[in-house]
Amino acid sequence: PGFDQLGRPATAAEIAAWNIDIRPDGTGLPDGQGSVSEGEAIYTEACASCHGDFGEARGRWPVLAGGADTLTADRPVKTIGSYWPYLSTVYDYVHRAMPFGDAQSLSDDQVYAITAYLLFLNWEVEDDFVLSRANFTETRLPNEDGFMPDDRAEVELPLFSGEVCMSACKDSVTITGRAAVVDVTPDDSAARSARHKDSG
Amino acid sequence: MGQDHEGGRGRGPGPDAERKPDHPTRRQILSGAAGLAGAAAGAGAGLAPAGRAWAQAAGDPAITTLPPWTQTLGPGVDAAPYGVPSPYEASVRRRNVDWLTADPVSSVNFTPLHALDGIITPNGLCFERHHSGVAEVDPAQHRLMIHGMTDNELVFTMEDLLRFPRENRVYFLECAANSGMEWRGAQLNGCQYTHGMIHNVMYTGVPLRLLLERAGVKPGGKWLLAEGADAAAMTRSIPMEKALDDCLVAFKMNGEALRPEQGYPLRLVVPGWEGNMWVKWLRRLEVGDQPWHHREETSKYTDLLGDGRARRFTWEMDAKSVITSPSPQAPITHGPGPTVLTGVAWSGRGTIPRVDVTLDGGITWVEARMSGPSWDKSMHRFYHEFEWDGRPLLLQSRAHDSTGYVQPTKDALRQIRGENSIYHNNGIQTWAVDAEGEAENVEIS
Repeated sequence: PGFDQLGRPATAAEIAAWNIDIRPDGTGLPDGQGSVSEGEAIYTEACASCHGDFGEARGRWPVLAGGADTLTADRPVKTIGSYWPYLSTVYDYVHRAMPFGDAQSLSDDQVYAITAYLLFLNWEVEDDFVLSRANFTETRLPNEDGFMPDDRAEVELPLFSGEVCMSACKDSVTITGRAAVVDVTPDDSAARSARHKDSG
Repeated sequence: MGQDHEGGRGRGPGPDAERKPDHPTRRQILSGAAGLAGAAAGAGAGLAPAGRAWAQAAGDPAITTLPPWTQTLGPGVDAAPYGVPSPYEASVRRRNVDWLTADPVSSVNFTPLHALDGIITPNGLCFERHHSGVAEVDPAQHRLMIHGMTDNELVFTMEDLLRFPRENRVYFLECAANSGMEWRGAQLNGCQYTHGMIHNVMYTGVPLRLLLERAGVKPGGKWLLAEGADAAAMTRSIPMEKALDDCLVAFKMNGEALRPEQGYPLRLVVPGWEGNMWVKWLRRLEVGDQPWHHREETSKYTDLLGDGRARRFTWEMDAKSVITSPSPQAPITHGPGPTVLTGVAWSGRGTIPRVDVTLDGGITWVEARMSGPSWDKSMHRFYHEFEWDGRPLLLQSRAHDSTGYVQPTKDALRQIRGENSIYHNNGIQTWAVDAEGEAENVEIS
């Protein structure tokens, strides 16, 4: 009762300040443009310290380029070029959340330029390419059709439902893998020694 | 493990104890005649821990000596206006695995499941997952905006939100990547690490449906974009049916305000669905006619299959369980005899009416005993009491949910998905318990 009066109308300026999301059809893109060469300069300054000079990444930071045809490999390399379906996600994410620790510091044109440079690093455009609002949706990423809806309801749920075995379910059991051999768990010696003290 | 500890295992004062001259009998202890025998036994060597006290002439010093807490005054009521656990529980804490991520700011830590009981996770132990650290939001400066395909585009303050009708619900929040490091085999040794990207708390909040009704969703408004106020500006697309069903905009957890690391002052609650969608520091809800395909639903939180295609929008967390004790961080320390096995189970598709457990790696199963409340999309606690004979064990638990789904083995999942899907690993966990009672994360045939 009465709570249909709560809140107040959002102003156009307020919506504009927060509504920065971009969709695959280009909805939300601002006016502007940027070239591969402009992008290279910005990327080298603002991005390469984590993502590497060529998008190959340092340490465990995300790899942005390369990895073509690795999605069925033993160790897939999932990058913008090899895995991401939509260029809009690149613009949107760089604009809203990068550089890490200095988010939303890039101008619209700078984000176009970095996006163009990331396309170049992934061999998707030539070095004279200029990305703009006008040509943005003409650029498709290679793995756009690589995604399918969640089909667990059809593929898995019937398989994993029904009667279960309760006794004599197999003849024997052997250990095939051991975490202690891998030995990558953080050392918890304090808790261990406390435990053994407790138990006498 | 010290020799002293090993010496105590498995050789308590059994039925034949009275025939051994160097062990006191119950009658000797009662009559005070065990003095010499007790000393000769060398501080109880050869007795199980509980039996050791009986071997001492004067009795258990925990009883016969006066501890300081029985004699002197403790801290007054003003000493801890906001209390913390006993220092003896200091090892019960969230833990990080530093090699998992590039940086602790976009990272995860783990709930100490092995040390908890019941179903409610204490607020200070709820695992954390941030993408740009903990946003330290001033609630007076926090706003929630609803806009897009709505009749009214609105801004709410926290004060406004506290004037809507509230609901209280207990739900698990499980990271989509929980157990993700285990796809290729047994890797991390402890259920805190293999299963601890989960917590289960009571939320108090406003049904999202009421806020959307206030805004007036236009026909064709089929999707909702939720966005956080942190530097990651986390966004996820949520179908309108789910938003209007059971989602909450929550401001309290377990009775108190959300912790900053859990989204203070406002977070989205998306029952049964992967934790990434539970947007913290929630500041914006946009209604649209299509999903946004943002970074957290394209690059991340999509599940690569063996054939190179990937599932997207894998929202539900399937039925899953884990034995929390015994487990690698919670070995059997009391030797053979009565033993309590316990664990938790949950399903994003309903309740958990049943959990089966096996002690022999799946040759024989028994139904565990469920204890405590059974709520939709919440954790459930199970127990299985058994007499351990001191032989090695291969422990597993198998959850059944209210839809009839039965938790699969890891191999069954791998046959369908391969080893590179990262997310949604709900396969059955095995702990190998050795004759010393120590447990290890293993895979079995």
